[in-house]
This record gives sequence, C-alpha cells and structure tokens, in this order.
Amino acid sequence: MPIREPHDFPGRLIVVEGIDGSGKSTQLSLLQTFLQSEGYDVSFTTWNSSPLVKDTTKRGKKKNLFTPTTFSLIHATDYADRHERSILPPLQAGLIVLADRYAYTAFARDAVRGCDPAWLRNLYDFATRPDLALYFRVDIDTSVARIMGGRMRLKYHEAGMDLGLSPDPIQSFRMFQSKVLAEYDTITEEYGLTVIDAKRTVVEQQREVRKLVKPLLKGLRRTGVPRTAHVRVPAEV
Amino acid sequence: MDPNFYGAGLPKCDVSSLPGHLIVLEGADGVGRSTHIELLQGWLEGHGFAVATTGLTRSALTAKGIEDAKEGHNFDRTTMSLFYATDLADRIESEIMPALRSGFVVLADRYVFTTMARGAARGLDREWLAQLYGFALVPERVFFLRLDPDDLIRRTLRRGGELDYWESGRDIGLAPDLYTSFRRYQALILQEFDRTAERYGFTTIDASRSVEEVQAELRRQLAAMLDPSLFAPMGDGTPDASD
Repeated sequence: MPIREPHDFPGRLIVVEGIDGSGKSTQLSLLQTFLQSEGYDVSFTTWNSSPLVKDTTKRGKKKNLFTPTTFSLIHATDYADRHERSILPPLQAGLIVLADRYAYTAFARDAVRGCDPAWLRNLYDFATRPDLALYFRVDIDTSVARIMGGRMRLKYHEAGMDLGLSPDPIQSFRMFQSKVLAEYDTITEEYGLTVIDAKRTVVEQQREVRKLVKPLLKGLRRTGVPRTAHVRVPAEV
Repeated sequence: MDPNFYGAGLPKCDVSSLPGHLIVLEGADGVGRSTHIELLQGWLEGHGFAVATTGLTRSALTAKGIEDAKEGHNFDRTTMSLFYATDLADRIESEIMPALRSGFVVLADRYVFTTMARGAARGLDREWLAQLYGFALVPERVFFLRLDPDDLIRRTLRRGGELDYWESGRDIGLAPDLYTSFRRYQALILQEFDRTAERYGFTTIDASRSVEEVQAELRRQLAAMLDPSLFAPMGDGTPDASD
C-alpha cells in the first residue's frame, strides 16, 4: 500500500491540503520561490490538471453529467496520469515535487458526496506517500471572508452545489465545506498530516512551512546557484 | 433483478426497483460478441421484450477522452483502468440503471471483466481492481465467449481485419512483432478470464462453433432465465417442439 508507506525515491514530495480560502496555494507558491532561490530543482503539480482528462472533465461539468462516483473516478484518473508523468519521474530523478492538493482532497470531498471511504482509499492506493503533507486548517468563516474579500469566485462543485444543500452558493459552500473540514480532521489523524494554523498571517505561516521543509532538504542535490539575494521572501526563518 | 453490487455500490443512486435484466457478453475482439448481441436483440424484440445495448467506452462522458488517450502513446495502465472505470460507472448510472428501472433487457457488450483482465495482464493488483469495481452492478448472467488465441487470429485475419494495437498489448512490450505480441497478450487475457470464471460465475460458451450453434445456445440459456416459452430454433418464431 504505497500511500501508507514511505517511498524510497531520491526526490521529495511535499503536498498542501485545505479548503478554498485556506491560503494553501499562496503558501506553496512562496515555498516554490524559496526552494528555487536556494538552488533546488522543483517540479509543481496541481490537482485536476492532467491534459488527458481535461476535456472529459470540462464536458462533464458543462453538461452536468457527473455523479459522486464518476466525479471521483475522473479525478482519480487525472491523478493517475499525473502520477505517471509529473510525479514519479521527478521523484525518481531526485527533484522536489510540490503538489497543490493530493489524494486527501478526494478522501475528504468525495466522502462528503457519499462515496464509500474504504473504496476511496483503495482508489488511491497506488499514490506515493508524501514526505510532508501540510494541512492548512481554517474555520469556515475565515475561508468565506477571504473568498468574498478577494478575487476568488465560488465554483459550482467547490461550493457543493451538486449536492443540492442550498440554492444559495455561499450557504451551500458553508454547509459543504464544513463537512469537508470534519473529514479533513479524520484524515489528518489517519495519515498524519501536519496541521498549519491558517488563520495567521501569510508570513507567519510561511516561516513555519520553511521550518518544516528544511529537515527534508538534507542530502538533496542543488543544481542552481542560490539566488536568495535577488528574491523577495518573507523575513529570514 | 436484485440490486447487488460487487462492493460498496453507487451513492445517491436509486436501486429500489429494477424489473429489467442485465446480461453481459464477454470475450475478445473477433469472437462475435456484437453479432450475437444483434441477433439476441432482434430475437428478444421479436418476442416483445424492450432491449437496450451498451458497450465499452460508449459513455457520453468519457467516449471522446478515451479515444484521444488511445491515440496518444502515453496511456499508463493505472490511468487506463481508472478511465475505463469512469466510463463504466457513467454507463451504469446514466444508461443501464434507467433501462433496468424501465424493465428493459440490457445486453452489455463487455463489462468489468474485460477491463479487470486488461489491468491484471498489465501487472496491476487483482484485488485493487476488484475493489475498484465495487460500484458495479452484478449482472444476472455473464456469457464468456471463449476462443483460443490461434483461432482468434485466423478469424480476424481471414475477414481482412488487422490485429489491433491495444488488443495486441503492444504497449507492454511482450514481443517485437505484432503477431507474437497479439498471441501472448490474448493468452494472458484468456488466463485472467479462466481464473475469474468461477469467482464471477461466468457461463463459458465455446465460441469456436458456428454463429448458429453459439446463438442457439445463448437463446436456450436466456429463455430458461427469462421465459421458457421463448426458445425456438433460429429464424423461426414458433416454439420449439422439443422444449
């Protein structure tokens, strides 16, 4: 069961998890800049981004063809393709792979949609276990406030509109994501995710992230020239 | 039919009443699955049954995507299994279930067994595959049209057909030439089918016989299940005197 056992590839896999508005993508992007400025080779992959299933997902969303089962399966297909092409090769080559969302997203969301938790875990059984999985925990009010205050828009599935919880997208988002948050708590315990208090400032969180990442960098080859001086980063950690 | 699933089943899917029947025909390309399904459909409709057919990769959701993926040269085995599982789940929920609810006889041109066999032949864990298909409805009958790879090759080639890239398992490097690759791959697939025949309760049909003989056997079996008065020799609407 690869997802439950440490991998022995020379690279490192660091993933971030959290609901929309948790700030996880901002943090991962800052981490990427930092690692590159330190001369590390970094590869980046995002949930639901494989070109292989892109058109299928688009068609399914546009024509409203998805059920909880097919929605879950198409995301697993997407992950499998990225695992083969964008995750395994850089890990085998000794790079740092940064993943914005991982299998835990499926465990949380799809379970709320009614998929069987054991079935979901089997689905991603082939996934590589991350060296570090950061869960940006935020309460639902903070998340909604950030989304409403920023340029983010509530997406149909992200708001759980497919579940018919409420006709109002914001209300639906609150209800759906509150359940997702509860699932994340279970998953955090089960898979040993590292919880980051995502209510704090960007800088505070990034400092903690770097502190957690540093021990993982030992023994990794740097091919780039450290460019720390040229990059704007939050204060020294 | 009873709404039994191989595993956890389908969330948010109404299975309260399924008066229809799900019948599966499995077997390699070239054994005559589509011919027999067409003949069965005509026969059943002639007796007043409403019939729906479905087959691999025909899902409205994934048909195009799978076709594109097969065109490319980077379709990894896990991705392939999951994409086919998506196709099947979509067809079960949006075609098969509605037809069964309306009392149709659904004739499925292949089902989970082909995709499981393909995955296993490519080295995927059989239990992982079996659990993956936990959403699949258990069919009432699975007919496995069995033919040896050598017969299969002859049958395909004498009709002017070509050995298909995927049906030859060319992606897994079994042999440098198409013929040997096809033969080895189909032997692996056959092995998987034979291995699972008992677990999934296949009715194995010897497909080396003539179309008429195979069709007659399929009709005899289906009549026994659906309505014993149905069975009649091919092309003859009158009940078989010996029945």
